[in-house]
Amino acid sequence: MSAVIQNLVNQPYKHGFHTDIESDVTARGLSEDVIRGISAKKNEPEWLLEFRLKAYQHWLTMTEPKWPNVKYPKIDFQNISYYSAPKAKATKKSMDEVDPELLRTFEKLGVPMHERAALAGVAVDVIFDSVSVTTTYKEKLAEFGIVFCSFSEAVHNHPELVKQYLGSVVPHTDNFYAALNSAVFTDGSFCFIPKGVKCPMDLSTYFRINTEESGQFERTLIVAEEGASVSYLEGCTAPQFDTNQLHAAVVELVALDNADIKYSTVQNWYAGDADGKGGIYNFVTKRGLCKGVNSKISWTQVETGSAITWKYPSCVLLGDNSVGEFYSVALTNHHQQADTGTKMVHIGKNTRSRIISKGISAGQSNNSYRGLVKIGTRADGARNYSQCDSMLIGDRCGAHTFPYLQVANKSATVEHEASTSKIGEEQLFYFSSRGIETEEAVSMIINGFVRDVFIHLPMEFAVEATKLLGLKLEGSVG
Amino acid sequence: MKNDDATELLDVDGLTAAIDKHEILRGIKLNVRAGEVHAIMGPNGSGKSTFAKVLAGHPAYEVTGGTVRFEGADLLELSPEERARAGVFLGFQYPVEVPGVTNSGFLRLAYNTVQLARGNEELDPLEFDDFVRDKMQLLEMHPDFLERSLNAGFSGGEKKRNEILQMALLEPRLAILDETDSGLDIDALRIVANGVNQLHTDQNAVVLVTHYQRLLDYIEPDYVHVMENGRIIKTGDKSLAHELESRGYDWVAREYSERAA
Repeated sequence: MSAVIQNLVNQPYKHGFHTDIESDVTARGLSEDVIRGISAKKNEPEWLLEFRLKAYQHWLTMTEPKWPNVKYPKIDFQNISYYSAPKAKATKKSMDEVDPELLRTFEKLGVPMHERAALAGVAVDVIFDSVSVTTTYKEKLAEFGIVFCSFSEAVHNHPELVKQYLGSVVPHTDNFYAALNSAVFTDGSFCFIPKGVKCPMDLSTYFRINTEESGQFERTLIVAEEGASVSYLEGCTAPQFDTNQLHAAVVELVALDNADIKYSTVQNWYAGDADGKGGIYNFVTKRGLCKGVNSKISWTQVETGSAITWKYPSCVLLGDNSVGEFYSVALTNHHQQADTGTKMVHIGKNTRSRIISKGISAGQSNNSYRGLVKIGTRADGARNYSQCDSMLIGDRCGAHTFPYLQVANKSATVEHEASTSKIGEEQLFYFSSRGIETEEAVSMIINGFVRDVFIHLPMEFAVEATKLLGLKLEGSVG
Repeated sequence: MKNDDATELLDVDGLTAAIDKHEILRGIKLNVRAGEVHAIMGPNGSGKSTFAKVLAGHPAYEVTGGTVRFEGADLLELSPEERARAGVFLGFQYPVEVPGVTNSGFLRLAYNTVQLARGNEELDPLEFDDFVRDKMQLLEMHPDFLERSLNAGFSGGEKKRNEILQMALLEPRLAILDETDSGLDIDALRIVANGVNQLHTDQNAVVLVTHYQRLLDYIEPDYVHVMENGRIIKTGDKSLAHELESRGYDWVAREYSERAA
């Protein structure tokens, strides 16, 4: 039976092409000069350079975290290029000025960034290597007072907002990779929803790493003011290289009183080949701050790519009655490793959090859920519910669950449930004895398994994610 | 109902099968005609369940010899899916639990797959809902069953009823029910047996694999076979089941070995 299952999970990566485009790549290595160089290239104000240098100085004092349940050779941080931008005109007023080779890349990827994407009703910001290529629907969103642009643009056009919120959720001292990102981040998305505004469309960022030697260090900052709400989508792919690329992003979300942010990710970075060669190291810090009362931040992630995934989209529930949610599907295959989960930090009264995590392991991969639920002393009446389910496909993979519960308030309620199941011979035989093909059976079992998470994805993303899981797990049944 | 002129559905001859090179079936001979009910009895480890699984095409077992013809065609050539579509049904002793997959979704996929293979129309979810609810009444099943996850958290009796519901939907020509009576209380046993009796016609056949006589009080067999050590060592009518109930299996084995010697 393992032959059948092996066939099922051996689908080639579809986004592995490399775009031949002239890039402006800085020499490898990291130093204060390199950081000054990046800052100068981006024509940044002095305060931002200072932020970077402070982070760099702190980073030098830190060591890489060793606690994740992942294994990889030591990264040589002096052998990475910290800036890569497609060589093109400095600023682009319309899509016509974008390098046609780039446009073809995104067409291949199915990213709706053309004006015809109007039909899709999604505003898109596209990040290629380190630089934001284009943002659609900017004018339409501006009518509502919504700012949605590249991080670099925000630094120039809305410096007061960036200055106020940058590093307010993930400080530059937070962890090794967050410090590194703070020092060298090149671009990303910025989104600001003013008081009382419900964003009329989903906002979306598409990330693509194209250069072999470069790392991608983007920074996303989303602020929803009082009573505002927004749904934000993030997609990622990378070409196929034999070497590993580092992706160390930082995402910060801030929700003020009664604000609501929904952040959905479909991550499909290149995972390396069947023997574990190449692939992205996805070491990402994502955190949301429910700053105001009754605010809500909801993370939904579908993690299917990367050689190694190390990320914990978290919520700090500061405002009373605020709500944090984390819905996750992490799929690992071949030699992929994932150590992912969330942190729910309850500080305010009557704060609530909900964690639904579904890990699927196939091949010889290792999939770990790691989650912290922390209830502070003042968090009267706080409630958490966690559910962690693992599914094993075949018998050479691993699933692990590391729940951490720290409760410092007697009135809190914390629940944790976990289960492990296996798609094995008996399950598949049951389906086939009812006339159902193995491929269809696996797809039905997997879709059933992830259903509780997928219902939280925006419609078109759910369709894409279902297809993606299908691609990763279905194939020619021999 | 015995009828020597009825169509032969199943013809097993000299069937041997092994799991991990360990031989379990050692030459089985069995003929089943349309309209008949056969009971296969025997002590634990005699190979009854293996025989049932081999007929349905379980991949863990390797057929090492003999022939199995189903409606004249070579059954062993077919994959488990093809066997199901051709009209072979296995009621599982331990139906698997699949959390997240709704019972209704599973039943509809199975039904439609088999219908398509037989050249019939598929049913859309609404049509199927009406259709399946009708069948569920036969087994006194609550409509809630449809929305629950497939077999997940079902009691023993609920699982077995769900198996017979699948039999009702797939309308097999040959239903092999593997210890459908195990884990059932007396009410559930009556309901399940009643369901099987209603589904049994002169066009199909039922093979019951069971330990106990009590199921046969509800579903009357035309033939009772005793299995021992991978072979059918004695065949009789329903009175044999009663005799086994009072005397056990040992005497049959003794009689067989004396005959062999």
